[in-house]
Amino acid sequence: MPEKNVTGAEILIRSLEAEGVEFVFGHPGGAVIQIYDEMHRLQPKFEHILVRHEQGGTHAAEGYAKATGKVGTVLVTSGPGATNTVTGIADAFMDSIPLVVLTGQVPTKLIGNDAFQECDIIGVTRSITKHSFLVRDVRELASTIKKAYHIARTGRPGPVVVDLPKDVIAARAPFEWPERISLRGYSTITRGEQGQVEKAARMMRQAERPLLYVGGGTIISNATDALTRLARKTQIPVTTTLHGLGSFPEDDPLSVGMLGMHGTWYANQAVQNCDLLIAVGARFDDRVTGKIDAWAPHAKIIHIDVDPACISKNVPADCPILGDVGHVLAQLEPLVEFRNRADWLTQIEAWKAECPLEYVHDGALRPQHIIQELRRKTGGHAVVVTDVGQNQMWSAQYFTYAEPRSHITSGGLGTMGFSLPAAMGAAFGLRKAAENAAENAVPVISINGDGGFLMNMQELGVAAAHKLPLKIVVLNNSYLGMVRQWQELFHDERYSHTHLAPTNPDFVQLAEAFNCVGLRCTRPDDVTATIDAAWEVTDRPVLMEFQVITEEMVFPMVPAGAATDEMITQRFNPEEFA
Amino acid sequence: MTTATHPSASAPSLTPQQLFRKQAAGEGLSPDEPDAAHRHVIVVTMENTIGALNRVANLFSARGFSLESVSVGIAEGQTARMTLVTTGNDRIIGQVLQQLNNLVDTLHVDDVTDEAFVERELCLVKVAATPAERSALMGVVDIFRGNVVNITPDSMTFEVTGPPTKINAFIGMMREYDVREVARSGRVAMRRQLVFETQS
Ligand SMILES: Cc1ncc(C[n+]2csc(CCOP(=O)(O)OP(=O)(O)O)c2C)c(N)n1
Repeated sequence: MPEKNVTGAEILIRSLEAEGVEFVFGHPGGAVIQIYDEMHRLQPKFEHILVRHEQGGTHAAEGYAKATGKVGTVLVTSGPGATNTVTGIADAFMDSIPLVVLTGQVPTKLIGNDAFQECDIIGVTRSITKHSFLVRDVRELASTIKKAYHIARTGRPGPVVVDLPKDVIAARAPFEWPERISLRGYSTITRGEQGQVEKAARMMRQAERPLLYVGGGTIISNATDALTRLARKTQIPVTTTLHGLGSFPEDDPLSVGMLGMHGTWYANQAVQNCDLLIAVGARFDDRVTGKIDAWAPHAKIIHIDVDPACISKNVPADCPILGDVGHVLAQLEPLVEFRNRADWLTQIEAWKAECPLEYVHDGALRPQHIIQELRRKTGGHAVVVTDVGQNQMWSAQYFTYAEPRSHITSGGLGTMGFSLPAAMGAAFGLRKAAENAAENAVPVISINGDGGFLMNMQELGVAAAHKLPLKIVVLNNSYLGMVRQWQELFHDERYSHTHLAPTNPDFVQLAEAFNCVGLRCTRPDDVTATIDAAWEVTDRPVLMEFQVITEEMVFPMVPAGAATDEMITQRFNPEEFA
Repeated sequence: MTTATHPSASAPSLTPQQLFRKQAAGEGLSPDEPDAAHRHVIVVTMENTIGALNRVANLFSARGFSLESVSVGIAEGQTARMTLVTTGNDRIIGQVLQQLNNLVDTLHVDDVTDEAFVERELCLVKVAATPAERSALMGVVDIFRGNVVNITPDSMTFEVTGPPTKINAFIGMMREYDVREVARSGRVAMRRQLVFETQS
């Protein structure tokens, strides 16, 4: 019996259900009003979260995707609704986060007419999407949705935009969820070429001073256990990128922490001296390599990645292996063996002792102390979602991540205003997963500077309405701290337009106004009590404002364009630097 | 607080690894040696969908390459076939080709530059021609195996097909006359099937 005809809107909703979508982060408007009407009627299996700004919606979907490993879904109206998603789409593209962004569009016959709220969102987002679709026929809607999720999720994940003209949403057709879809131009690679894997194993056996350089691809492909086994079996030390944090326990003796611009001195030292660098799901970003010609000058390079366009892009690899990180590590494991690397590991220990991560303890309230206290409170069982700037780097340096997906940040695009909505999305996803498993959800901690927090603070109300017990930290240094740091170091202390105190709100009152709990802390002695008090709140978000000192800087640091062994390791002294 | 940079061993000469990487990247080993840059002829087969063409062209402009020639046409099986000509650092073009391959709509990407391939371009040239000039013009056109596609009392339009060098030569010859309009199709290219490839 043929299915009865239903509207495009219903087909969309049924398709999202069939995809197993749990949350849609959305905001209505004229072009999508019929979809909202059908949602009202059909009471779908997924939950729609009404965000207060479409940018917040895309970041929430990103946070959800990063925390759960699933695809995040966004639904917005045409024109301004669609353009408001652009930053989040670009962010997801840079950080390989799977998103499907459903945008309303003016009716097909008006496209190109400068109709009210028309925007060629496919054109606008062409260079920041993995793929995009304009649906022109309601009969293709279901299969397009299936394709969109498939493309977003597989291979190197990324954002996919599906543009939905209003007349297609209104048109009628039977709903049929396709069993399979055909995308003849799209294939994904899983296994690595065996010959290359064997070559890599040989190189690993022969190397005297090998180093694993691990990026976010390892977490995306759920390969962190395989990585940990490989490192321990071969006794090869591990450094991670910002996105690789949590892929290998940082409290393991083999960990040398994060590398790159604000990585540890000893990690960069290990890179500069190693004779083999095994890049696992990492992309040789310029924040990692600094001056690329001078980077890892003695190292042969094995590069394992799923994206052929990424391999040998910035640094030619001696042994490229194209494949899914998890598969390739599984192929490698039986081919490698234990090797005693006492000399190399002793050298690394000596570097760790020579220049550890440290900060001054003089009674002033410093951000590093707060991050360490958060770690102590949670034992590392938490998801830390940072914003961008100094707060991001201190969170990376001082939390000591031990679990995959415990660290979420905007790395590639560096989007201020990311943390709060992304933390909200993560909390929705984790709460749902915990409910399904009848467990307690791990706490989600959003760490912000005072500047970035204001960029998407409207989502506080959404988090409160849904009783999300977010732990929101605002490290209030009264400045756009990271810019101020550069101004101090490289622009002769000309603090041009970075002072925020004149316009900053009272953060505690702000939290209360959004029906959250607000707490303020001004002294190091009160940090623990403030955090303890925040953890008592379980039915709504709590915002902790820490009035930290303005002058603190993120060290160590590789100045932009310098080689990674030219790190500034403590407060800058112009005479010595010149 | 003091201490600036930690001691660094900035070696002035390149390590063997650095030399290997420079070579692999097609970079000159010394400052006076240029990077490896060539003209590339690339054939792309893709789904004939809206936007596919844009995505392909985008990838080149995003990396700062201008396209010297682009031609597109429908090929068999709902596909479009595109021939692109561009010049640049071989390694970076290699990367762009990988990115092209990554596009959902591309089915096949082939850099035929270093292969045996046939390429053709079509060109239309309109020249002012009095009846007295006609036979001289026809003489030139015949040498290039061109055709007359339009004729009026004071003009003639010719069509010539061939490799780009031939087209250039033909247009050069026409410059002797009063050329009013030139239209070139851009190149289309195809690998040659070599006889011994089919035997084995
Ligand atoms: C949307 C956006 N605008 C501007 C920047 C440039 N930027 C990077 S860090 C920074 C300062 C951030 O200040 P704040 O949020 O107070 O955090 P802090 O560095 O003090 O921790 C700025 C302006 C950015 N990354 N993102």
